Amino acid sequence: MGMTHIVDRRLNGKNKSAVNRERFLRRYRHHIKKAVAEAVHKRSITDVERGEKVSIPTRDIDEPIFHHGQGGRREMVHPGNQEFVAGDMIPKPQGGGGQGGGQGQASPDGEGMDEFAFQITQEEFLDFLFDDLELPNLARKKLKDTEAFKYVRAGFTNQGIPAKLDVVRSLRGAHARRLGLGGARKKKIRDLEKQLEALKSAPEDLDPAFSHEDQIKVLEDEIARLKANVRRIPFIDEIDLRYRQHVKQPKPATSAVMFCLMDVSGSMTQMHKDIAKRFFILLYLFLKKNYKKIDVVFIRHHTSAKEVDEEEFFYSRETGGTIVSSAIKLMHKIIESRYSPAEWNIYAAQASDGDNWNDDSPVCGKLLADSILPLVQYYAYVEITPQDHQMLWYEYEKIMERFPQSFAMQQIADPGEIYPVFRQLFERKAA
Amino acid sequence: MSSIVDRPNVPESDQPGARKPISTGSEWTFDLIQEYDDEIAKCAGEFGLDTYPNQIEVISAEQMMDAYSSVGMPVGYHHWSFGKQFLNTAKGYQRGQMGLAYEIVINSNPCIAYLMEENTLPMQALVIAHACYGHNSFFKGNYLFRTWTDASAIIDYLVFARNYVAECEERHGVDAVEEILDSCHALMNYGVDRYKRPPPISAAEEARRQKEREEYQQRRINDLWRTIPRPEDDDDPIKRQRRFPEEPQENLLYFIEKNAPLLETWQREIIRIVRKLGQYFYPQRQTQVMNEGWATFWHYTLLHRMYDKGLVNDGFMLEFLQSHSAVVYQPPFNSPWYSGINPYTLGFSIFTDLRRICENPTDEDREWFPDIAGSDWLETLHFAMRNFKDESFIQQFLSPKVMRDLKLFAIENDDQEDHYMVTAIHDDPGYRPLREKLARQYNLSYREPNIQVWNVDVRGDRSLTLRHIPVDRVPLGEDTEEVVRHVHRLWGFDVHLESVDDGTVVEEYHCPPPHLDDE
Repeated sequence: MGMTHIVDRRLNGKNKSAVNRERFLRRYRHHIKKAVAEAVHKRSITDVERGEKVSIPTRDIDEPIFHHGQGGRREMVHPGNQEFVAGDMIPKPQGGGGQGGGQGQASPDGEGMDEFAFQITQEEFLDFLFDDLELPNLARKKLKDTEAFKYVRAGFTNQGIPAKLDVVRSLRGAHARRLGLGGARKKKIRDLEKQLEALKSAPEDLDPAFSHEDQIKVLEDEIARLKANVRRIPFIDEIDLRYRQHVKQPKPATSAVMFCLMDVSGSMTQMHKDIAKRFFILLYLFLKKNYKKIDVVFIRHHTSAKEVDEEEFFYSRETGGTIVSSAIKLMHKIIESRYSPAEWNIYAAQASDGDNWNDDSPVCGKLLADSILPLVQYYAYVEITPQDHQMLWYEYEKIMERFPQSFAMQQIADPGEIYPVFRQLFERKAA
Repeated sequence: MSSIVDRPNVPESDQPGARKPISTGSEWTFDLIQEYDDEIAKCAGEFGLDTYPNQIEVISAEQMMDAYSSVGMPVGYHHWSFGKQFLNTAKGYQRGQMGLAYEIVINSNPCIAYLMEENTLPMQALVIAHACYGHNSFFKGNYLFRTWTDASAIIDYLVFARNYVAECEERHGVDAVEEILDSCHALMNYGVDRYKRPPPISAAEEARRQKEREEYQQRRINDLWRTIPRPEDDDDPIKRQRRFPEEPQENLLYFIEKNAPLLETWQREIIRIVRKLGQYFYPQRQTQVMNEGWATFWHYTLLHRMYDKGLVNDGFMLEFLQSHSAVVYQPPFNSPWYSGINPYTLGFSIFTDLRRICENPTDEDREWFPDIAGSDWLETLHFAMRNFKDESFIQQFLSPKVMRDLKLFAIENDDQEDHYMVTAIHDDPGYRPLREKLARQYNLSYREPNIQVWNVDVRGDRSLTLRHIPVDRVPLGEDTEEVVRHVHRLWGFDVHLESVDDGTVVEEYHCPPPHLDDE
């Protein structure tokens, strides 16, 4: 017929819907941000490798059109009648308020009909998270990309560029192939040559019907044919070629440990802790990009400090006063026993509402200056409070003057202000 | 157009098994698809199916999801709602709830049909028969498609539309364009002149005329809204009473495009684009039963013809019949899987029975279909395909046998009664009312509320009044206020919508909502 044109479109781009998807996420960014914020609340700070399921109430994303509502009189035709006859009356279910004429509304997957659920990718997840933190694009990119790579060997492949050709393996392959293809024939040739030898040396038969001459001719022809066959097996063939294969692997520096210090005394509310958590996540992301192995140590304190797991760190509350130095002392102890500065890059982030016993603040300053800052790459302090500063802040200001390279501090009243602390970090890294 | 047709009744030399099957495995290759298409095309030719040339595109599952989410437009402008559709499709597919396999076919010339690479060979053959010869011949033959769409221009028009929308986004911002599109989509089903034949869409024409429109349109609109009173009108109380528009207008989008006072030219152009797309989909919305029934009838008939010729083997037929019966399965009303009448089943049953009535009529058929019973079946089926839409097709061709086979019955739900009532079933007194009721169910103006432009207060506050005429007291749904807000966004001044039943206003919607102290 020739009327039909068949096209292979499989290699054309498949992401035709990418822009539309992006438009959808953009339109519902408030919903998604909320979902991301909730997810951050639920997740561990080291759990940033996956996307998130987002649910939006269906009524918020419905596209309205004019349509009929419930009520009035209507008739519907249905299939599968069993026992009805014309004129039958069927009582309406009470309390249901007269369900419409039949379009089945059950959701086959059992998912709530009033929720539109979908998955966002890890990249999108981080984007929405960064959005919340008002991270500039350049910084986002730096956090999301792993920029350093190294190539590691990953066996052999039969496709590649000439520079990666592995001669020994290729020849070995060729040899095996030649053996495989030619071995049986060569054996046959040897057998035939023996017969030929025997025939030539045997005395001539008297019966001309069994003339040796013919038999010798047959054997010789056969041997010649086989030899030609063997000669035709190529010495090296394309399928013998083996190339060394290399794959890209991210090349993080070495190991880092991240200390999270937080005041959990009565004055720190859950809102304070949530802001602190964002801050810790950012620091973790930053470290993750630069280091192969990251340990996270959580130290919480009120009047005394304790190393805890993440759950307890963020979600249990204490009452009572605050002695910040207890946490710094504990951190020092942990460094001494587990994280030798020779092997570990040490980072610390401290979050507090600024409360401290006045006597203790100079102690903190001294501890930091003498025993902590010489050991760490970077120490960041965030004070989460809209109020006036207290002793600790002024004490830390002195520290910042003395150690501008390794100490940063910032007052934060909402998550958007976390980033400036980080900017210092990035600038320092870039330099 | 195809005329009548060589009968395939005369076998050439093709007893079953006389020829070797084209293939026996289930793996497809491009050569095999080509070969199957050649043979299916030959069979289709024997039955007189007249089609546009086919363009078969083999695509991956992801690409199929892309195609799904752009509601069957191979090129589309960008909009969040297509993204929503995509997420929905992807979700269903990844959970394995949804087969993507069946078919997407575009009413264009050449007719574009998608084959998914995951399909087995019998499935590919089924889709080719169904889409490339079934739907394709329907697009080319049915009067609604011939009247309302121009298959050779649609792709170019879609490209024009996408570029235009993208340009607007660049110039006026994504948000501004999205707002207009949202509002237009809300009214897309009301962008059609149901009784007037529209000019066909042509991209070249569009692009040429679009510039002209930009220049002249605004002037025309200013004219309508001239604020200096015309004295001779004011003297005549009858003229002052006259409504604008003089006759109610059913094409809301057209009316707004031409008359909304404040819209900018690019906004009018976008309304026009959505209106044209609404028009392009209008025939599909009215021929679902016929179109799917026709395509299903032909994949069934064509592949059986292939089997008779010995071109496919038993294994092929088994797989094909399994898919076919899944497609035409109709769960009964009390099944958990029931979601209304399956258009494939209904359409396939009617076309199949129509053939039976022609070939082996019973007394009942002679009484019900005196003109058709015993006539040439191919001619009759082609006639039915060309000249009807769902409503009239059912009214004309639904036979008592099909009603019996499907065990159809009608239920009345009146909110003033405390019982549902069975009003007709598949028996002698029931056949005619049942057929009427089912036909009405597919009448668009029964399925969708009848809403028209009633009046514009040209001399006063410029408010726009829409009028809804309820049928059987069925009120408007809960989206109505939201849609009225969209109308308001387009119109720019107050919008009222009143439901008028038998001369009395039974319900009113206003945007913006009236102030309480105005009362």
